[in-house]
Amino acid sequence: MNSEQEDVRESPFDPAAPLTPTGNLRRRRAVSRVAESGATFAAVLAVGVLAIVVYSVVVHGASALSLDFLLEGAPNGIGPALVGTAEIVAIATLFAVPLGVLVALYLVEFGSGRLAMPIRLALDVMNGYPSIIVGVFIYALIVEATQSQSGIAASVALAIIMLPIVARGTEEVLRLVPDSMREASDALGVSRWRSVLTVILPSAVGGIATASILAVARAAGETAPLLLITSNNPGISVSLNPFEAVPNIPVTIYRLSEEANPEGFTRAWGAGFVLLAFIMAANVFARVLLNRSRRKMAG
Amino acid sequence: MTAVGILLLSAYQIIDHASPAISKFGLGFLFSTEWLPNFNVFGAGTMLYGTLISSFFALLLGAPIAIAIGLYLSLLAPKGIRGVISPMVEMLAAIPSVILGFWGILLLAPFVQKHVEPFLHDTLGFIPLFGAPQTTGASIFTASLILTIMIIPIIASISRDLFQAVPRDVQDGASALGATRWEVVRGIVLPTTSSGVIAASLLGLGRALGEAIAVAQVIGAGEAIKTSLFETGDTLAARIANQFPGAITEMHKASLYYLAAILLVIGLASNLCAQWIGRRFDYRRMAAR
Repeated sequence: MNSEQEDVRESPFDPAAPLTPTGNLRRRRAVSRVAESGATFAAVLAVGVLAIVVYSVVVHGASALSLDFLLEGAPNGIGPALVGTAEIVAIATLFAVPLGVLVALYLVEFGSGRLAMPIRLALDVMNGYPSIIVGVFIYALIVEATQSQSGIAASVALAIIMLPIVARGTEEVLRLVPDSMREASDALGVSRWRSVLTVILPSAVGGIATASILAVARAAGETAPLLLITSNNPGISVSLNPFEAVPNIPVTIYRLSEEANPEGFTRAWGAGFVLLAFIMAANVFARVLLNRSRRKMAG
Repeated sequence: MTAVGILLLSAYQIIDHASPAISKFGLGFLFSTEWLPNFNVFGAGTMLYGTLISSFFALLLGAPIAIAIGLYLSLLAPKGIRGVISPMVEMLAAIPSVILGFWGILLLAPFVQKHVEPFLHDTLGFIPLFGAPQTTGASIFTASLILTIMIIPIIASISRDLFQAVPRDVQDGASALGATRWEVVRGIVLPTTSSGVIAASLLGLGRALGEAIAVAQVIGAGEAIKTSLFETGDTLAARIANQFPGAITEMHKASLYYLAAILLVIGLASNLCAQWIGRRFDYRRMAAR
């Protein structure tokens, strides 16, 4: 390769010669092409893994699905667990969404510089908090104090996991609300909280909904805290009392996967299918909603 | 304020509950590999090693792949394809860990045990890390692969956003000077975003360190440090998930709290590092404008 390079340098410059790549350029282009195909391959790999996981859940899960499976209690179905997960997540949403929106409002609309920084940092740290740590924390705080597992404690743990997602997502859309709207509201003599309630929140509602749905999707599949906090109900019949352990889908899947029982595996695939379908649907829905509200803000 | 409060309270609660174990075992807890609940002797060595090694390998495998995905999505992919693949990569992050772990133990682990581990053992067997495959696929190696799958979408989506923020005219300038696409990446895109990419990798590492459920399902709950990656092991988070609900003595529970405290410290350290590097990066870019 080196000799070719020297050839180029030694030959007198001929403006009429066609512009062909020399050895060095050919090598550089080859390196570039290898790097490009490497990057493409990585992307294909990720999509492939997603496809394989989803495919195996769908194939194995579909055979377990039936109306009885969805309605009956353990050991034949997952009805009580479905109801329990819905209940735990719903209560967690009731905690997390209002609190998250308030935190975001504080950060964007009322926050003074000094406090905003540590709060934002705390939210980011919470977002990366291992969920098992949240579980251990709530166990120490609530379960040990009350001497019993409970659905409500699980809701608190899930709310802690949801809070940063809601708060950060809401903060982002609140920042997209044009300042001219705030100024117009101020100019009309509207007090700050009224302009928040009547002007700013309504225009950000799409984004808040998106963030909340994403948080719900995340919480629905969270297993580690539930395993510590609300796992000793086998889910034979529906039990809605949030002050006792409530059966739920993630712990059901985990328990079944730990037992070496082929029938249990089929049921776990079925439960996983239902959970995954819900989470994927929620994600797609959130994305559509986000695109729509973005377009509304832009136009 | 609540957010800060929750963080402080959680750290206090965990350390408070761990205090019996802390005062009994002291810092030697970190290195002792004996975990014998029936004799009230506990040590975190095995789990600490398992956590570090599995997360390290996940990062080693995952970060380059994720950065390559970020590059593909931000610079190479045609717009239509980007709009499809980008959400799919993020969807990978949405798969609950319990489902990924279940898939891991039933389908990935046997595959790894039958095909991947023998291959690595035959070609790289002179390195003690790649020992002989065991009878089940439950191993530190399988756990690393599952963690890799979990951290790729995190690092990929952050680095994609970083790469997209690199000013177009600087890249075009390099191209105009005759740089190939890879040289633009190598000379312009990666150097300007390096600290952000490191921060993203640390965030991914934090996720890997703290993952409990999926790891508990595939790592096999081993009781000793083994040189080979294909043997079973355990991580801090997985041990807590496995034994917390059935802890037999007060000291057992306190020791599990101690594990949680260690995990908290490691997790916070990697997370804060990521935040710190990320923020410094933000400021530098702002100053450059």
